[in-house]
Amino acid sequence: MSADIDVALIVNGAGYRARVPPRRLLSDFLRHDLGLTGTHVGCEHGVCGACTVLLDGVPVRSCLLLAATVDGQEVTTVEGLAGPGGSLSKVQQAFQDAHGLQCGFCTPGFLTTITAGLRDNPSPSPEQAREMISGNLCRCTGYQNIVAAVLKAAE
Amino acid sequence: MMTRLFGAPIKRIEDPRLLRGQGAYLDDLGSDALAAAFVRSPHAHGRILDIDVSDAIDIDGLVAIYTYDDLPGPLAEPLPLLIPHPALTQGRTPHALAKDEVNHVGEAIAMVVARDRYIAEDAAERVVVHYAQLPPVVGIQAARAADRLVHDDVPGNLGARMTQAIGDVDAALAAAPHRLALDLTVERSASMPLEGRGVLARWDRDSKRLRVWTSTQTSTGVRAAVAAKLDLPLGAVEVITPDVGGGFGVKIVHPWPEEVLVPFAARALDRPVKFTEDRREHFVASAHERAQIQHVDVGFDDQGRIHGLDVRFWHDHGAYTPYGLIVPIITSTQLLGPYRVHDYRVTFDSLYTNTVIVTPYRGAGRPQGVFAMERTMDAIARALDLDRADVRAANFIQPEEMPYDHGLIFQDGRPLCYDSGDYPGTLAKLKALIGWSDFEQFRADARAEGRRVGIGLAMYVEGTGVGPYEGGHVHVETSGKVKVATGLTSQGQGHQTAFAQIVADELGVALEDVEVVTGDTRRFPYAVGTFASRAAVMSGSAVALAARVVRQKALRIAGEALEASPDDLEIVDGQVRVKGAPGVTIGLGTVAVLSNPLRYAFDEASKAATQFAIGNPDKPPVDEDDEPGLEGKDYYSPAQSTFANGAHAVIVETDPDTAEIKILRYCVVHDCGNLINPRIVEGQVHGGVAQGVGGALYERMVYDEHGQLLNASFMDFLMPYVTEVPSAIEIDHLETPSPLNPLGIKGAGEAGVIPSAAVFASAIEDAEGIPIRAMPISPSDLFTLRARADRLTSERPGPRAPAAGPLEEIA
Ligand code: FES
Ligand code: FES
Repeated sequence: MSADIDVALIVNGAGYRARVPPRRLLSDFLRHDLGLTGTHVGCEHGVCGACTVLLDGVPVRSCLLLAATVDGQEVTTVEGLAGPGGSLSKVQQAFQDAHGLQCGFCTPGFLTTITAGLRDNPSPSPEQAREMISGNLCRCTGYQNIVAAVLKAAE
Repeated sequence: MMTRLFGAPIKRIEDPRLLRGQGAYLDDLGSDALAAAFVRSPHAHGRILDIDVSDAIDIDGLVAIYTYDDLPGPLAEPLPLLIPHPALTQGRTPHALAKDEVNHVGEAIAMVVARDRYIAEDAAERVVVHYAQLPPVVGIQAARAADRLVHDDVPGNLGARMTQAIGDVDAALAAAPHRLALDLTVERSASMPLEGRGVLARWDRDSKRLRVWTSTQTSTGVRAAVAAKLDLPLGAVEVITPDVGGGFGVKIVHPWPEEVLVPFAARALDRPVKFTEDRREHFVASAHERAQIQHVDVGFDDQGRIHGLDVRFWHDHGAYTPYGLIVPIITSTQLLGPYRVHDYRVTFDSLYTNTVIVTPYRGAGRPQGVFAMERTMDAIARALDLDRADVRAANFIQPEEMPYDHGLIFQDGRPLCYDSGDYPGTLAKLKALIGWSDFEQFRADARAEGRRVGIGLAMYVEGTGVGPYEGGHVHVETSGKVKVATGLTSQGQGHQTAFAQIVADELGVALEDVEVVTGDTRRFPYAVGTFASRAAVMSGSAVALAARVVRQKALRIAGEALEASPDDLEIVDGQVRVKGAPGVTIGLGTVAVLSNPLRYAFDEASKAATQFAIGNPDKPPVDEDDEPGLEGKDYYSPAQSTFANGAHAVIVETDPDTAEIKILRYCVVHDCGNLINPRIVEGQVHGGVAQGVGGALYERMVYDEHGQLLNASFMDFLMPYVTEVPSAIEIDHLETPSPLNPLGIKGAGEAGVIPSAAVFASAIEDAEGIPIRAMPISPSDLFTLRARADRLTSERPGPRAPAAGPLEEIA
């Protein structure tokens, strides 16, 4: 087995240095090495979006990335979305207000995706709101209230 | 006055935690645990000749490998047949690890335990199993043909044949003015929660106790099974359900092989061990549902009233029958829906195939039953050239006929007796909501633009809240905070909120002061589980009853303290007070202090309960029929299920060239009795409808003839994204309270998915004028159907039958 690799990265504003096996997935690194279990794994093949985190602000599927490849980059997970003092972010609050989650397993991936989506397009039309979340699977909500939450967060 | 919380669209209590990423799902626990991975059969059917682990054992980080031969005592016996039934004469269940034979791709053969999952999978890959392959039985036709057998000792692959009948169907059919026959097919789908299965176990060597966390729909069921399989006293096993990332039925099955093997390894190794299922494993090693072939014979009169209904169906139950006959029994009973059928006979064969086991998936046999009945209704309407809604109305059981006993036995072993419901009311609301009567104009306008549209409807009755029971425990702490426990589990239904609403109302306390725990056998050891839309009905009723016990006790103790009759007291905002004299109050926390006579004070407040402070010297400190503490427990155990109902309508547009199917409108009318929290109920309906869309238009399990599941990934098994679900789901409620429980509620969890296959078939048939007999239907299926219909019409003189024209032959 090839030698472990040193990485240094910033996760939710805090700096980390770690030695990771080359094959360690970013999702496993975040969850099991850093203990940031808010990032969920629904398929581990890049389809469900539950594992979505922001890499230098851009939504990526952490199950499709190797931890060793994000050296020097900045990662934001669901744990990093809340405002100062732990208040829910606009998107998080909109999810509660609109009942945008049921089991909550898919939710972290939606929250990160929408956070980036609204940054790029702060006032989406309903059509654009649907487009924004069209790469994430949810088996519970039927998406109705997730779309509503996107629109609410944009108000 | 406090506003009533029951019925209010309260925001969920569980959300802030989940939204911050602070949920604790199974794989989030046990950071110190060893990881388990499984060697699974790559063949659908075969004999195991030899398992060679020699290549795996020197992998650094490997801890143990177990095969069948390593399993002691009861663990070596087949897993339990959870729900035996006299008709299930040939029930078979698997071993926790395969013994000699494998019967589906994905069956567990060896368990590997290692330092982490990567290493466990490395080792699992190096375990070499030699098989003698056997020819597999794949699909219902192959099972019926029985040229090959799944289990050598089960002739005809027939696990069970069961008939139920009322009236004299042969005579009724013979005498009926008209007759029709339909052959119908529904394919496999699956629950497919976003979180797969998972289990974590810790053995405490010092106290000889086992603690198990599992992503389950029944913690008490797992507890009993683990204790039995590991030969432990029940009291030495605790099962905790953490946050669960969706269930939809699949997690009611227990114990999964992994649920007994992981605790076994944890004890044997004296180390915590965890298994987290991956997605491919979930496809091939958990459970599917739905697949049936049906044959319907119906006799009816000129108004479309059914005179006799004879149904024969074949149910694919996969390789084993751990869940008994529940799914086909539900199909055969709930098929009748809101209709009065005096002469009915249903016979099903439950058949073995070399595929993943079949156990309930949301709806649990009802979608198939509704498909059969509603296809029949549409066929009758078509044959008589009547309005499809009118044919349904002609067959309704009327509200004044409630309770209505069909004379059949339901899935709980009790009479199929509808407690309440207003089916004409449901239909009227649905027609108004979708604009049923205006549709022909819409169709004509669309047609003028070269567009093809169709409307469909489907109705259902759903037995919810099945027994045997659930319980609730309510405890007012001396802080005045209320702790509620019920044994069934939660998978996203918002139980912490809904049950808190109920208890807060009953006790007169603020919602924020109520905390609910579910699915933890340490907190409530008696429970059944979360399935069959039963949680709100069963545990909702139980916690209400338990809260009433506590309320009575609080009023009695407060009455003594305030020197008032309990009848003159009320509880408002956590304060017991004399009605009309708001100055005279005592907090529930203080009442809790007084309820527990103390010798030793532990803080300022508790001094009030010590022996020199309270008590009547002439009476024992705790009365004979009393207990210390302001807490209460009660159970709810109904004599029968309560029956919710509803109706869906959909307008679709089909592309004349590509056969793409687009949803233009989707309407739901739903009657689940009194609503605890309309926001949660609507969320349940939304989710059910989305799963229904998936089941009707996209999802199928594609097995090849070798029994390989070809689409075992989210890339190939097409679950709806937002782009596939209707952009609006229009909902209207009817609230016909159930007379059976203290809150008048009925279950709501499965309703959204039940009529989907039927309603889409109805609409697509209406758009296309081609009989739709098999679901799901993809654009290419529809394309093929069109081509076939065109061939048929070109062989016959005259144009293709118009959409509303009769297509079925009337005998
Ligand atoms: S877990 Fe990464 S996309 Fe599904
Ligand atoms: S809320 Fe359960 S999967 Fe989305």
